[in-house]
Amino acid sequence: MSDSEAVLTHAPGLQEHFATMEQQRDASTMGMWVFLITEIMFFGGMFTAYMVYRHAYPAAWAAGSEHMDFWWGTINTVVLICSSLSMAMAVRAAQTGARKALVPLLILTMALGCAFLGIKAVEYHGHWIEHQFPGPDFRFAGPDPRHVQIFFSLYWAMTGFHALHMVIGVGLVAFIAFWGWKGRYTPEYYNPVENVGLYWHFVDIVWIYLYPLLYLISHKHVM
Amino acid sequence: MSEHIVPKRTYIGIWASLMCLTVVTALVSWVDLGQWSAVVALAIATCKALLVVLFFMHVKYLSQKMTILVIVAGLFWLGLLMALSMADYGTRVLQ
Repeated sequence: MSDSEAVLTHAPGLQEHFATMEQQRDASTMGMWVFLITEIMFFGGMFTAYMVYRHAYPAAWAAGSEHMDFWWGTINTVVLICSSLSMAMAVRAAQTGARKALVPLLILTMALGCAFLGIKAVEYHGHWIEHQFPGPDFRFAGPDPRHVQIFFSLYWAMTGFHALHMVIGVGLVAFIAFWGWKGRYTPEYYNPVENVGLYWHFVDIVWIYLYPLLYLISHKHVM
Repeated sequence: MSEHIVPKRTYIGIWASLMCLTVVTALVSWVDLGQWSAVVALAIATCKALLVVLFFMHVKYLSQKMTILVIVAGLFWLGLLMALSMADYGTRVLQ
């Protein structure tokens, strides 16, 4: 294709270094997945640390897990799965050009994300006042407090980085909700909506693993 | 548009499956299965993750095969990291 032809067939939303909208979309999706793989490796390091220490100190892991709030953890899992559905529906609305559905679905996704963070804050407060934060003030009445402290270190690190990703995710959804409301996205061009959707679902998957690994180790749950 | 548009009922079906699997994993956690507790919990979590990746993240409908190669290679690398770490730590006695 010559330069003049490229200009003539230039679709709105098509960046000049791509030949077609389809090529642009494929490149955008693959780029997002390369980024998500780096995110998987980032969390993967912490999951590996978790695996090594759980293998070494299984009793301390069970003892620490008994202090996780089973109900808040389960409710948060449900909240995130619902937010993934509303996000998937929002991406579908962008694909089909249903702008009236797009913005409310994105706002619903943000609301569910904020509900998750609120519940997480309640849990964090509980652990904090119980001295279950690693450091000089850490206290644990049990046979193996040093190793339970490792469990809590990983709990705070993994859920903390997950919560940070949720905060960023809510910000990204707010961004595309604003531009969706402005009418920037069409069935031909909605890559940002698709990519924020991929990010949101990725963060959901991290929680899908954190929930059983942190909350469901011991079968004696706190009620 | 060449992009595949997933029917709404598929998304709702996936959501219902994810909710069911959450209830199952929560109920199973009340039963003491010993070593098998972790295996069952991780198997259910992996089923849930697969449903999210294939349907919500559209991997089942990807036209670009290169993207699938990126994903599989990335997960394989994570598997190497975990398997080789455990080949070391799993065979030592930590004090």
